[in-house]
Amino acid sequence: MTEPVLSVRDLRVEFATRRGVLKAIDGVSFDVAKGEILGVVGESGAGKSVTGAAVIGLIDPPGRIAGGEIRLAGQRIDNLAPEAMRRVRGKRIGMIFQDPLTSLNPLYRVGHQLVETIRTHTDLSPRAARTRAVDLLAEVGISAPERRIDGYPHEFSGGMRQRAVIALALAAEPELIIADEPTTALDVSVQAGIIALLKRLGREHGTAVMLITHDMGVIAEAADRVAVMYSGRIAEIGPVHGLVQAPLHPYAVGLMGAIPTLVQETDRLTQIPGAMPRLTAIPKGCAFHPRCPRAFARCHVERPEQIPVNGHRVACHLYDAQGSVAA
Amino acid sequence: MRAEGPTRPPAYVEVADLRRDFDVSQPWLTRVIERRPRQILRAVDGVGFSIARGETFALVGESGSGKSTVARMVVGLLPPSGGDVRITGVSMTDPRQAAERRRLRRRIQMIFQDPYASMNPRWRVGRIIAEPIRAFNLLQGEAAILARVGELLTLVGLHPDDRVKYPHEFSGGQRQRVAIARALASEAEFLVGDEPTSALDVSVQAQILNLMRDLQGRLGLTYLFISHNLAVVRHMATRVGVMYLGRVVEIGTSHALFRAPRHPYTRMLLDAVPDIGMTGRTRTPVSGEIPNPIDPPSGCTFHPRCPFANERCRAEVPGLIDGVACHAVQEGRLD
Repeated sequence: MTEPVLSVRDLRVEFATRRGVLKAIDGVSFDVAKGEILGVVGESGAGKSVTGAAVIGLIDPPGRIAGGEIRLAGQRIDNLAPEAMRRVRGKRIGMIFQDPLTSLNPLYRVGHQLVETIRTHTDLSPRAARTRAVDLLAEVGISAPERRIDGYPHEFSGGMRQRAVIALALAAEPELIIADEPTTALDVSVQAGIIALLKRLGREHGTAVMLITHDMGVIAEAADRVAVMYSGRIAEIGPVHGLVQAPLHPYAVGLMGAIPTLVQETDRLTQIPGAMPRLTAIPKGCAFHPRCPRAFARCHVERPEQIPVNGHRVACHLYDAQGSVAA
Repeated sequence: MRAEGPTRPPAYVEVADLRRDFDVSQPWLTRVIERRPRQILRAVDGVGFSIARGETFALVGESGSGKSTVARMVVGLLPPSGGDVRITGVSMTDPRQAAERRRLRRRIQMIFQDPYASMNPRWRVGRIIAEPIRAFNLLQGEAAILARVGELLTLVGLHPDDRVKYPHEFSGGQRQRVAIARALASEAEFLVGDEPTSALDVSVQAQILNLMRDLQGRLGLTYLFISHNLAVVRHMATRVGVMYLGRVVEIGTSHALFRAPRHPYTRMLLDAVPDIGMTGRTRTPVSGEIPNPIDPPSGCTFHPRCPFANERCRAEVPGLIDGVACHAVQEGRLD
């Protein structure tokens, strides 16, 4: 097997507050292969965005990476000096955020921002960089790019802006793109185009994508593999089809049952009692045990490690004893 | 008048030819100096539907379709520019029915997307829920009010003791429960929910949707449910209206509309939604975005994005006939 583009091992992120140290990410491990889209899904407070921010080195104090390793194509990037990390960011890792306006400067033409990004990371001449910028806009599906390149962000519609941001992220041909809720602010008809675009990037350029979202529909549509996060940990990770159709972890089972779907009519949605615990009060043992319908004594005291089951990895005591279902 | 079969019970809510314009003009001086005309945004343009007692009617559409504006006119938060809303036969606009309207007021309540924004953060939850009871003078004596608040909290799945807490002490889902309890406090029978679960996480959304359905069954409530989320609408609604640029383009039972959408926009929308039931499927790409409502396209406003549009669609606004507003469907060019 070839080396993964992104490899995260036992990542821990902590925030020092007056009330003590909060563990936002507690021992998260995953890989993203070349051309693969890894969906990271979870409810608010699960730690999915913090995981993305940790990978691109954007954890602001009082937060800090307290442990673990992040490797980009084999090279450690979590301990790089800020200046070295700045060169990796943008060049080797592209970023797409929920609100395209936070990534675009309203005072500069879109083309100017693209050319600036391209010239920061490559040694193209201004003229060649502009040609490349036009190509990029065409690539992300903006029609009449040679005209639109001289437009300002406010002249673009919401979907077009997000496409422009993707063009910015692609400017230096990164190996990895981190997309944090890239379609959440968009209408459904626009969402579909952005998802198709992300999928095409992986197929045609071998770009690895870490797709962070709370929307299981988007994940089901776009991702190859999915990591379900809960309370700063990965509850289950596995191929998207299996995880959506036959999830193993009780939290993943509840989550899938809680989502209304278009293809079948259900009378009642599965209900997970309660809500995700606050970071100040993460339960002992398995963080999900107070809400889990199948919790037993061991879940209250011992934190479950990830166990391989049917091609998934599940952090749940139910599946202990060589992958067979207990109890 | 309505071609939805003779067996339909008499309508609880009757909305006819509802219109709402917003004046989005520049200030007067700017208009004079720059010689610009007034600009009128027609947010809602001739919307009509009816809701039977005990049913859930949903309006679904993308941003800018006018669905929230309709909701605000139905509850009377916004005066319509034209048309009428009648609830149990009482007009929400006719000045001659002001007295009847006042009596009806407490039967109609709204649930908003962000419950925190609709509660006084300095009031305890007990006082928030008791306010409609006091305002409408429904119960006499503190003991009776206290007992009723406890009963309402239990009804929405909270504990009577929660009344001493402040809104910030609750999670988003619990706060939405408080909002529902407050809506029910005035003995409401018609609830209008404008994206009531859009700000909630999915597992919490499921709790609130289940609660709303349970309450409907127990209390015989009537719902107008506004959402952009098609899967949620399918789960909740008995009947659905699809809105596009201020008009209803298709209306029908939830079952029929989701199984066999007829209007090209409904088809496109259903095809575009990412859904967990459809992993691994390929789909037809969607062209274009919703146009600027200040300057909507001529004729059928969907025609620039419609693969079936012809000359007539560009010139003539299609009427809502037999539940669908589309020339291509009406001419038999589609289906």
